[in-house]
Amino acid sequence: MIYRIEIGSRPGFRDSHAEGILHDIRELGVQSVEEVRFYPVYYLLAPELDVETVRRIAEELLADPVTQEYRIGSRFDAPAGPHWSVEIAYKPGVMDPVEESARKAIRDLGIQQVEGVKTSRRYVLRGVISPSEQDLIIDKVLANKVIERRLEPGDRVFFRKIDYQFRRIEIPLLNATDEELLRISREGQLFLNLAEMRTIRDYFRHLGRNPTDVELETLAQTWSEHCSHKTLKGRIEFNGQVIDNLLRNTVMRVTEELAKPWCLSVFRDNSGVIEFDEEYAVCFKVETHNHPSALEPYGGANTGIGGVIRDPLGTGLGAKPIANTDVFAFAPPDYPRHKLPPGVLHPKRIMRGVVAGVRDYGNRMGIPTVNGAILFDERYLGNPLVYAGNVGIMPKDKVHKEIVVGDYIVLVGGRTGRDGIHGATFSSGELTTESEEISSGAVQIGNPITEKKVVDTLLQARDRGLYRAITDCGAGGLSSAVGELAASTGAEVHLERVPLKYEGLSYTEIWISEAQERMVIFVPPEKLEEALALFASEDVEATVIGRLTGDRRLRLYYQGHQVADLDMEFLHKGLPQVVRKAEWQPRSYPEPDFPEPEDLTPYLHRLLSSWNIASKEWVIRQYDHEVQGGSVLKPLVGRSDDGPSDAAILRPRLDSHRGIILANGINPKYGDIDPYWMAASAIDEAVRQVIAVGGSRERLALLDNFCWGNPDKPDRLGSLVRAAQACYDVAKAYGTPFISGKDSLNNEFAVNGDSIAIPGTLLISAIAVMPDVRKAVSMDLKEAGNLLYVVGLTRPELGGSHYWSLFGFIGNSVPKVDVELAPRLFDALSAATSEGIVRACHDCSEGGLGVALAEMAFAGGLGAEVDLGRIPTAGAIGRNDWILFSESNTRFLVEVRPEDSLRFEARMRGLPHARIGQVTSGDRLRIVGLGGKTVVDENIDALKESWQKPFRW
Amino acid sequence: MAKEIRVLVLRAAGSNCDVETGFAFQTVGAKAELVHINRLAEGSVRLDSYHILAIPGGFTYGDDVSAGKILANELKCKLGDQVQRFVDAGKLVLGICNGFQVLVKAGLLPSGHIRDGRQLVTLSFNDSGKFEDRWVYLRPDPASPCVFTRGLERIITLPVAHAEGKFVPASQEVMDSLQSGHQIVFRYVGPDGKPAGYPWNPNGSVGDVAGICDPTGRIFGLMPHPERHFDPTHHPRWTREGLRPEGDGVAIFRNAVQYARENL
Repeated sequence: MIYRIEIGSRPGFRDSHAEGILHDIRELGVQSVEEVRFYPVYYLLAPELDVETVRRIAEELLADPVTQEYRIGSRFDAPAGPHWSVEIAYKPGVMDPVEESARKAIRDLGIQQVEGVKTSRRYVLRGVISPSEQDLIIDKVLANKVIERRLEPGDRVFFRKIDYQFRRIEIPLLNATDEELLRISREGQLFLNLAEMRTIRDYFRHLGRNPTDVELETLAQTWSEHCSHKTLKGRIEFNGQVIDNLLRNTVMRVTEELAKPWCLSVFRDNSGVIEFDEEYAVCFKVETHNHPSALEPYGGANTGIGGVIRDPLGTGLGAKPIANTDVFAFAPPDYPRHKLPPGVLHPKRIMRGVVAGVRDYGNRMGIPTVNGAILFDERYLGNPLVYAGNVGIMPKDKVHKEIVVGDYIVLVGGRTGRDGIHGATFSSGELTTESEEISSGAVQIGNPITEKKVVDTLLQARDRGLYRAITDCGAGGLSSAVGELAASTGAEVHLERVPLKYEGLSYTEIWISEAQERMVIFVPPEKLEEALALFASEDVEATVIGRLTGDRRLRLYYQGHQVADLDMEFLHKGLPQVVRKAEWQPRSYPEPDFPEPEDLTPYLHRLLSSWNIASKEWVIRQYDHEVQGGSVLKPLVGRSDDGPSDAAILRPRLDSHRGIILANGINPKYGDIDPYWMAASAIDEAVRQVIAVGGSRERLALLDNFCWGNPDKPDRLGSLVRAAQACYDVAKAYGTPFISGKDSLNNEFAVNGDSIAIPGTLLISAIAVMPDVRKAVSMDLKEAGNLLYVVGLTRPELGGSHYWSLFGFIGNSVPKVDVELAPRLFDALSAATSEGIVRACHDCSEGGLGVALAEMAFAGGLGAEVDLGRIPTAGAIGRNDWILFSESNTRFLVEVRPEDSLRFEARMRGLPHARIGQVTSGDRLRIVGLGGKTVVDENIDALKESWQKPFRW
Repeated sequence: MAKEIRVLVLRAAGSNCDVETGFAFQTVGAKAELVHINRLAEGSVRLDSYHILAIPGGFTYGDDVSAGKILANELKCKLGDQVQRFVDAGKLVLGICNGFQVLVKAGLLPSGHIRDGRQLVTLSFNDSGKFEDRWVYLRPDPASPCVFTRGLERIITLPVAHAEGKFVPASQEVMDSLQSGHQIVFRYVGPDGKPAGYPWNPNGSVGDVAGICDPTGRIFGLMPHPERHFDPTHHPRWTREGLRPEGDGVAIFRNAVQYARENL
């Protein structure tokens, strides 16, 4: 018997979810809907339950006694007049996150007979709504067809189990021709090229047998771009010069040459680790989850953040996750709907979904999301970028793993399903109701509570010394987790032991599934019992699936049958070196030729309202940025808690005032001119944000995340090489080592046969240790009468600037970095802030001095008067707009008390700096230009309104 | 030597403010232990041996069904007798954010009875329709019997961070009875101390209610997070207004421990 229970608001109680749906429908341009009603629905599979017990479940558990009512087996009355009712449910095979907890709660009520729970949502829309409007509303607002379906009366919500019959599958490789090798790679979605397929064939010829399907899959995953970074570690012919292993020659070389003793584990583990204090280390990792987020923004971002949290957790012997960061790139939210290519979600919808996905996972995990950025460019239309980062903390003696023969391989956490297996094949295949159960697992939504339980128990197990090594099951699933971690010893795994979400998975699917919320640990035999008991004590599933062997082979079994036997040496070292061509030619754009506007006020308004610069408060407030109790400098600061903080500061230890600073630098616009200076600018931006809030270069580490187009195309790869070279040059000069990084290539999207690449986008993330967080400085102006200084040199560098883009120009004068001057300037400013003589400091980035000044003023609720003629420039810059909106690097606006001005100036001696004006008690921002004429004179509230309006959603 | 006050900070799947809540109690002199609910259910840890039960913030069981509901149901069904004995012994219960949702949905607030306590109020979805993290001003009722806020007369500031914090009473009678019993411990106000709409009332709570207690004042629940305004650097504007001696939330923990020390 299946019971259907529908929940509805009592009359007179507001339903904010339904109001939100109505708002979204109106935004689509559909005006026929007058009212939306929303009814959550529960289906209980309970053959032996009587209706009175079901009533108890509804009454005591499912419906809120104050605000809600319920119906069993019937629906709430329809409104009078024309209306339309539609019910949305998950597709079969998509994990319903409510099922597990609802079943637990029903058992707590003492009711054992419920075998399954599914949920759906029914909407009743009042009005005369045409069939085409109905389709539009379902497609654009109510459901995502990748994971959800419209439930028609009579449709099944529970599905019968599908049995799996074991059959060992071999792939006929031994006698395959080149053509056949390529076909096998293509049809199996292995993404292996001919050289790689030949290498594999030759290996098996030597063994005298064909590979099994799971052996070939294991090799394909281990050798994939994602897992091996074969392009950037391969051989690149760049403008006639040969680079053997680009990463080792650039980002990793910085770290090696700087040889900072506080870098405890770099480029080795799941995240980079630096020393925090005498007892603890902190680690940081940033990942991307671009393609899943394009398809299903909520689930993609959700599993993206879930995945990156498992990186610090899988670092060393496990770090406690303490902060999330996120950086997104979308097409502009006002992109015309009629211009959307087929199959592409509207950027506003992607953005809303991504933000909700990060919010729901991060908040539920109890990890503060403290720092990020959002940028907009039309080239991200079909390929948005979703970077997610996580910081962890761990005792210093838990930084390294130990791999010991004989230890048990234990899988901890979520169950394994078809998540992430060959999603593309399934989505293009023919679907039937039965096959949907098999297919639609390709995109999943995460279950943060499962992951939270895993974190809670793993950290206890770590502190009790119950395991010797840990890693996460991310891309590549068990294949990459066990394959990599056991590379030095060898392992045997019995795949039928892996707990499954549902029956019917083949041994290969079990091995390569990318199901979320799973970790692998290696447990010494004498600790096994205690470890399993610990996990069980908090309802976390932990299963012994195999053992470390010592024969340096990877052997897989299913019900006693051997299905794989691979040499670890071949698996990890057999990949033939990738050779690619790269080239980069300087580009040239028309130089701007428009005359200098007399009044710059309207342009300041337009810059503040641009998508990239406008306030992201709508996003930030949806993230819990204070959980764990360590918040020191929040993402929003100032008199009304709404100014844009340069960086986040938090205290990882509640009993200490030692802190960490998190910041990021990113600006793909500069890459259109020269990716070298884009990368240099991103590093400068990340570092200067750390300096701006009171940090220093003393213990400052960087992360690199390259998101680029197809590396087979020499121009794409060439621009990446340029960027990587800047990473070496600038980070080396700044004394800031890279500790971890990641690349995501092939970010292209096909429209009408043309492949559109994203702009090569480099995210630089920074983490710095701050000895005393009470020295922190925020960017809001503090007090009328204080003096305003600019520190750093302004050059006529408006190439790729926001100001020029207002006029439709890119230009060529991209902001550069003076690597000799910048570190001295950073250090002088750090010394001033640590002495407490800086009242406010803001870095100048997009929109230059003009935007930075406006933000400081309205964040502080104070006016300011400055004179552009006093700004130190490189040579004479004859135009006020150039000075005000140049985006030159390494510049800060600083507020200093009059009584501290001599000390401040002494600190800055020998460095470009100048007193340019003062903070005023009024509410006006007044900027005097070169000839003494006022070029900006505006009320700060009006400026703030321009800045806040775009994202007041 | 002062008597040791033992605080049980209850953990369940999805609890996430347990560490900082425990730290707050420790700092004001109590001994706080973070205990998983399974330990109470199996009997290996006894609630009787503690003086204060704190249910911290978080998303227990993912807030599936509704916020705090599944843990409330578990408390009622599995631990109802233990909890009622604890309450009847005059001991203290504090619920913060998700913990407040649990206390309300288990019936402990505002009646003080878990077993047959009907749910008289609820915490529903924010009017804004979304999770929001922001700082709010709270006006205490100096006449409240609440032992956690004794001596608190001025307006304090704490952060909220929730999606389901809109206080809704089942009826006007319930609201009247809460008012007459001074059980409305905190109301959201604007910076000038006067009633104000969104965002000062961040969720649309009826009567601007931010926290309530039972008639004895020993059970207290609130949506804002006192443990997040504990260190002076927690304050959102400390970089402009200077560091205060301590956060506004400290008094709530100190009062609880002091009451327990004097009365239990």
